[in-house]
Amino acid sequence: MSKPTDLVQGTLDLLILKTMAAESMHGWAIAQRIRNVSKNILQVNQGALYPALHRLEQQGWITAEWGESENNRRAKYYSLTKDGKKYLQREEKNWDRLSKAIGVVLRTV
Amino acid sequence: MRWLRKISLRFRSLFRGKAVDRDLNDELRFHIERQTAENIAAGMTPTDAQRAARIEFGAAESFKEDCREARRVNHIQELLHDLRFGLRMLRKNPGFTAVAVLTLAIGIGACTAIFSAVNPILFEPLPYPHANRILKIWDIYQGKRSDVTFHTYREVAQRNRSLEYLSVLEPWRPTMTGPAEPERLEGLSVSATYFRVLGVALALGRDFNPTEDVLNSPKVAVINDGLWKRRFGGDQSIVGRQIILDGDNYTVIGVMPREFEDVLAPSVEIWSPTQYDALNIANRNTAEWGHHLKMVARLKPAFNTEQARQDLASITKNPVPDFPRVPWASLRYGFIVDALQDDVTRSVKPALLAILGAVMLVLIIASVNVTNLLLARAAQRRGEFAVRTALGAERSRLIRQLLTESLLLATLGGVLGVVVALFGVRALVALSPPGLPRVNAIGMNGWVFAFALGVVSIVGLLFGLVPALQASRNNLHSGLQENSRRTAGGQQITRRALVIVEVALALVLMVSAGLLLRSLQRLFAVAPGFDASNVLTMQVQTSGHKFDDINVARRFFTDALDAVRRVPGVDVAAFSRQLPLGGDPESYGAQFEKDKPDVGYDVFRYGITPDYFKVMHIPLRRGRLLTEQDGPGAPVAVLISESLAKRAFPGQDPIGQRLHVGRTTIPWYTIVGIVGDVRQTSLALSDSDEVYLNESQWYFADDAMWLVVRARGDAMALVPSIENAIWSVDKDQPIVRISSMEDMLSKSEAERHFALILFEAFGIVALILAAIGIYGVLSGSVTERLREIGVRMALGATPARILTLIIRQGMTLTVIGAAIGVVGAVIASQALVTLLFGVTPLDPLTYLGVIAVMAIVSAIACWVPAWRAARVDPAITLRSE
Repeated sequence: MSKPTDLVQGTLDLLILKTMAAESMHGWAIAQRIRNVSKNILQVNQGALYPALHRLEQQGWITAEWGESENNRRAKYYSLTKDGKKYLQREEKNWDRLSKAIGVVLRTV
Repeated sequence: MRWLRKISLRFRSLFRGKAVDRDLNDELRFHIERQTAENIAAGMTPTDAQRAARIEFGAAESFKEDCREARRVNHIQELLHDLRFGLRMLRKNPGFTAVAVLTLAIGIGACTAIFSAVNPILFEPLPYPHANRILKIWDIYQGKRSDVTFHTYREVAQRNRSLEYLSVLEPWRPTMTGPAEPERLEGLSVSATYFRVLGVALALGRDFNPTEDVLNSPKVAVINDGLWKRRFGGDQSIVGRQIILDGDNYTVIGVMPREFEDVLAPSVEIWSPTQYDALNIANRNTAEWGHHLKMVARLKPAFNTEQARQDLASITKNPVPDFPRVPWASLRYGFIVDALQDDVTRSVKPALLAILGAVMLVLIIASVNVTNLLLARAAQRRGEFAVRTALGAERSRLIRQLLTESLLLATLGGVLGVVVALFGVRALVALSPPGLPRVNAIGMNGWVFAFALGVVSIVGLLFGLVPALQASRNNLHSGLQENSRRTAGGQQITRRALVIVEVALALVLMVSAGLLLRSLQRLFAVAPGFDASNVLTMQVQTSGHKFDDINVARRFFTDALDAVRRVPGVDVAAFSRQLPLGGDPESYGAQFEKDKPDVGYDVFRYGITPDYFKVMHIPLRRGRLLTEQDGPGAPVAVLISESLAKRAFPGQDPIGQRLHVGRTTIPWYTIVGIVGDVRQTSLALSDSDEVYLNESQWYFADDAMWLVVRARGDAMALVPSIENAIWSVDKDQPIVRISSMEDMLSKSEAERHFALILFEAFGIVALILAAIGIYGVLSGSVTERLREIGVRMALGATPARILTLIIRQGMTLTVIGAAIGVVGAVIASQALVTLLFGVTPLDPLTYLGVIAVMAIVSAIACWVPAWRAARVDPAITLRSE
């Protein structure tokens, strides 16, 4: 990951799943989207992205399909499964709770 | 649904691995292309763009590996890969593979074969329901186990509280006559409850009824499956059929199941109730008061063996008026009560355990040899492991691979070993001594295969672990250098230690074989008391009611003997009721006139014809031999053996003294002479209390007699003419157990002989393997030290000195191994004590002989590598660095 923000594996999963929530995307597009939306602060390394994608697929949160990309090349498109959507909602709630708690500690201590 | 998807993914990764890998490559390639495109759009040149994309992508292989790891089928894939790699390595080194697999096959095969023989005897329960509740009950005579009498059985049957069923049994050999030719059957005379004691149901028909076990009731019989198929063609209507045994009508009431095994009498084909007279208890001179029955019982459900012992002890200690006892069946020493399982295996257990231990040693030696081979190979593969470690392989990965290879080797050895075991088992059964229990149950079954599998796994892991640990620990730097070491290293120490272990174990086995060999030599050097050369024996039986008349029976034997004497080539011939070392000893109680009535001796009664001593060359010590004049009507004359004379008449002259043998209500017998002792039950035992009298003077006619014939030349060649001579007198009488006296003599030591054959085989195998081990280690050492040897020679060492150096190295191993082995043999030979005769476990001659053989063999094994070392040309070895 690019410094200084270092992402833990679970957080990376969350970002990837959220990015894919609306539509199915291939790995390249997911990395692009995260970079754009976070204004270049979060740059996902391919070395972390693809293992994460394969792991999420193994766990059954996302599913993959081969399709044609924008420039007519063969690409692997990932999309959320139903279980994945539920998992995403759960993890989003957890993240909110966690970040609020960290914020409280940082401000008061 | 999630788990379904997960499983299908795993499957795909496992079985369509190549396709999955291709997909991954495509996916990553797509990513690089997009990144390149973006780089170009940002202003880079195409080449730079691609390069930048690739660099940013990082080490593709490394995270392809991560992706694969994420798919989590790594372990299985790795295992498959290891197996394929291992097979390839084995194929590329056929010499190594052949030697290793063969060595393992011998070790595993021998172990499995011995286990399959030992398993039914030592480990498996008897083939009856709740077999541990079946007991064997013995009377006690002179402190040892003795058969019981019928009236004892009846008393126990009536008075016990702990036994559900009780039965007696004794051998019975009826002759079956009828349309086919007469055949003497092996049978068992039993109580009506016999099969209930064993807990076995019949396959056809019904079991005995207590009413059929009464004197003079109709005779019935149960036959076994083999007899049913053999003589009656498996006829379904066999139940109710009448057969003729010994001239009497028997009704067949049942057939035993095919898999039934009578462990008390394995070769028996027919059973019938004893039909003893239960009411005649006051008459002491009956068969019902003779000690010739074995007794078995099944415990009641609520009782255990100890309670049964106490129950029987209270019976023996408290006689009741309903069951008066005779002095020789007073039960005053109580009973010995054993579980039948223990009783059946008692005599062979120590020997079998010793054999099992020995074969385990062979397996260990074989494994050690293979371990050494693997260590040598691992040394050669040092470069390979160094490269792999440099590429990032973890130590556990290398160990896993080496273990897989060794398990593969062990499995190959195991498969071949099972084939070896199949032949081995057949050989074992063929060679087995007649007394070996449960021979019918020896074979390859599920347990045996499970044992083989267990052995293979343990052996494979053990001999794989040592080289695996060693190889993977290696020093990268020295590993990558291909040249030979300057001096011997730590690995050599392991190999040498292993060879020392091998030599020690081989010595233990060879000492055991040597001790047994010497025992047998000493045994056969024992004078049996008679001359067995050129003597042939056969058992002649009278059957049929015409022989109930004592005169008819005697007439038959007299005529038969005359006919045999007329056969050309026959020197002398005689009949005898029993034979020395012939099995089936027959003993009676003897009472001397001069002693008090309760002093008795157990003697072997020989009912003979007068020429018996001439046939057997038994010497006369004092007095006279028996003659034809000692016949019916004349006073009964007996001869006694020397040892009986010494024991009963210390310092006195026995000639003229009188005694009773068996029946005490008839006139006394008179001792007219003393003859030399003969060994009766075994060459090892000196129980030689024999009493001889003319068969014609005995109070009943024996139905089966042994014919002994001394021939002028080869005795066995006369067999057909002698048989014809007997049949010319009466063609219906069976003749069985034809053999030469010498064969009978050697068969009497069949158990020891069997053990000896096994130990000799193990000893030889162990010696060869140990020699190969020594050779291997020295060879390896020489190869590794080529450079050092070259340096030495360049500095002035002569070939002779190099030779001596290497040989000394090898012999040092042998000496250390032998020293440890001697200590081990001293301990281990204690296990053989029951088999030894005439030698102590510390017999110096044996040890010295074995050490000498070991020294010679290992000297030869050292010679070849030493010779190779001495012929090293220093110019060549030093230049090839």
